[in-house]
Amino acid sequence: MNHLTLGKKRAFSLWLGALSIVFGMLFSATPSLAASPSPSPSTSTEQLLIKGTIKNEGEPVAGVSVQITGNGVDAKATSGADGKWVLEVATKGVYKVEILLDSLPEGVGLRDPETTVREANLTATNTAAVLFPLGKDLRVVQPIGDQIIVRVFSGLNLGLLLAVAAIGISLIFGTTGLNNFAHGDMLTFGALFTYLFYVVFEWPLLIAATATIALSALFGWSQDAALWRPLRKRRLGLNQMMIVSIGFSIVIRYILLLVFGGETKVISGEFEAVVIGPINTTVNSLGSMGISVITLAAVALFLTRTRIGKATRAVSDNTSLAASTGIDVERIIRIVWVVAGALTGLAGILYGLQFQANWMTGFQILLLLFAAVTLGGLGTALGATVGALIIGMVVEVSSLIIPTDLKYAASLIILILVLLVRPQGVLGKKQRIG
Amino acid sequence: MDWLNIGSLALGELFSPFTATFILCALGLSVHFGYTGLLNFGQAAFAAVGAYGMAISVLTFGLPLGLGVLIGLLASAVFAVILGIPTLRLRADYLAIVTIAASEVFRYFMTTIGFAKVTGGSNGLSQFGEDFWAANPFAEGTYGFGPFMYRADELWIRLVAFSIIALGAVFVWLLMRSPWGRVLKGIREDEDAVRSLGKNVFAYKLQALIIGGALAALGGMVFVVNLSNVQPQSWGTTFTFMIWTVLLLGGAATILGPIVGGMVFFVLLSVTQGIMSGLVEIGALPFLTLPQVGQIRFLLIGLALMLLVIFRPQGIFGNKKELQFNG
Repeated sequence: MNHLTLGKKRAFSLWLGALSIVFGMLFSATPSLAASPSPSPSTSTEQLLIKGTIKNEGEPVAGVSVQITGNGVDAKATSGADGKWVLEVATKGVYKVEILLDSLPEGVGLRDPETTVREANLTATNTAAVLFPLGKDLRVVQPIGDQIIVRVFSGLNLGLLLAVAAIGISLIFGTTGLNNFAHGDMLTFGALFTYLFYVVFEWPLLIAATATIALSALFGWSQDAALWRPLRKRRLGLNQMMIVSIGFSIVIRYILLLVFGGETKVISGEFEAVVIGPINTTVNSLGSMGISVITLAAVALFLTRTRIGKATRAVSDNTSLAASTGIDVERIIRIVWVVAGALTGLAGILYGLQFQANWMTGFQILLLLFAAVTLGGLGTALGATVGALIIGMVVEVSSLIIPTDLKYAASLIILILVLLVRPQGVLGKKQRIG
Repeated sequence: MDWLNIGSLALGELFSPFTATFILCALGLSVHFGYTGLLNFGQAAFAAVGAYGMAISVLTFGLPLGLGVLIGLLASAVFAVILGIPTLRLRADYLAIVTIAASEVFRYFMTTIGFAKVTGGSNGLSQFGEDFWAANPFAEGTYGFGPFMYRADELWIRLVAFSIIALGAVFVWLLMRSPWGRVLKGIREDEDAVRSLGKNVFAYKLQALIIGGALAALGGMVFVVNLSNVQPQSWGTTFTFMIWTVLLLGGAATILGPIVGGMVFFVLLSVTQGIMSGLVEIGALPFLTLPQVGQIRFLLIGLALMLLVIFRPQGIFGNKKELQFNG
């Protein structure tokens, strides 16, 4: 420890202080969560429960069966009059819960018809909620042309969402060289705080979203101020910083688990369905796509037209040259962290409003984000967008050919294959691979 | 608070097969990262490939366990080649992303229903280790003293696991003081310098990846034989990052580092968990419940990883000069 100067120690205690602020902020949110009527973690006993509620358009549905398998268990549970089903299991582990489609009432189907099997993860928690949102029965076999249109639409939707989150990674990598493994958890942060504000506090969506984005931006700012800037001043190597970001991502993830519990949260509520040709979608998905496009356009304008945006690109291109032309590099990096935090928080909101979210959500998306960023070319914002769209398409369209549970694997294999042929990515410059 | 119980539980971790698993994987990672400088974030996959290779050859092909172990090792070598060819020419951070992606891909393939006949899907496989338990030379009964009291089968697996560790450690030690090992360290320090001496850097890296991966595969086998089952969800990224924490705690470019690091890591984890559970039980931590204590232990792993890299990247035994994390 003799090499430590006082300044570094102070920087670290600063960082610890910031961490304790985050802790404090999160723990102060706990009582309000526990007081809410929504599923509160029943962690007082050592009972292990897998449970869920079957609802169709807000109304509970009785008599729907789910089959739960795994860890030696093979049991059936059926929803009661309140739509609730529950099964007690003896051992911790991951269970598969399959909804038995035949037990659904006539004309009712899954909102996501492909996901009849979901996972109940009881490794870290005592209760796991598994939800199967219902809607109109979509089980009619569509002609292949329609199926492709539907998949491409979903791919576009996922791709745009990924693009919003991936730009943050790309900007951070471009300006600081850091591959931020905690980025996925920033997305979880956005999704879960939307849940807190919108579902638990019942704030109007716009206010809840604004508050979440502000908090996410603050989170980005404080990460840089308390952790990354002091580490940059210590001249910590980039690979070391990458491992630090892994440690940090584990810390964030488990804090979020402690505060929000392990249940999967449904944030979407009931949104109006929209039918366009063969595509069945909802207002929130369309809205999310619109917001993503506007955001991406705004980021593109910011990077190409504003002074700060141009300075950001200059720092990405060559930090020392940028500094010698009078650009305040540290200020630019701080701005990048705030923007990245806000964008990723927004992606979290959009994700949460369309899909379910839990404490693991972001980490599961992280690899797709890395795939997108690497595919597009590390450090180029436009590349990240292109890469994200490709990854979104691959994930959704590939499930026409391969089993659905391998669709993420397909996108990661694409990543590995692209690196074989074109290591710098689709739009990257060759010298970047070094 | 029952200090005696906490202490004996913690000491029990010293020689647990679980600890042995992570020591073996960390020893393999020290070949990858400590000596060669490869940022392998998919070490869990090497362990999983070994474990599945062994289990599948016993269950699906009806081979004896000994042959299964060889096939598991071979499978991990094949995995290393498949992974290494596209990525070992790339910069370190690309390797990191690709290895973590590949390990997740492998897990998806083991989970998917399509291959469930062979892999068992998400339920995994069991009853492949009978040969191992049948070979137990110890008679029924308990052996040992104090906190180190073991039943015959518990003693057997510990003996085998730690013998593998001893052999593995000597093997790595001998390798690293050979000319071959010096080339590896040279690659870690300056790849271009080694290349300019006419060495085939790519081949050396691939060999290091294979050897380190084989050690991890042995670790994975110890893990699943002890549990009597192999399940896809065990091999997530948490597994990998626990290996990293163990390695960085002990010291990356050392032989004793992974061994002592693994022991210290699991003893500390057990002690903190014991103390925190005790505090929760007497009501000193009113905002926590017992299951949450188990979650905090992972939080502490993350924190330990951060603090180690920031303040003591050389770990307990390492030499700071040897660990500049070139990339």
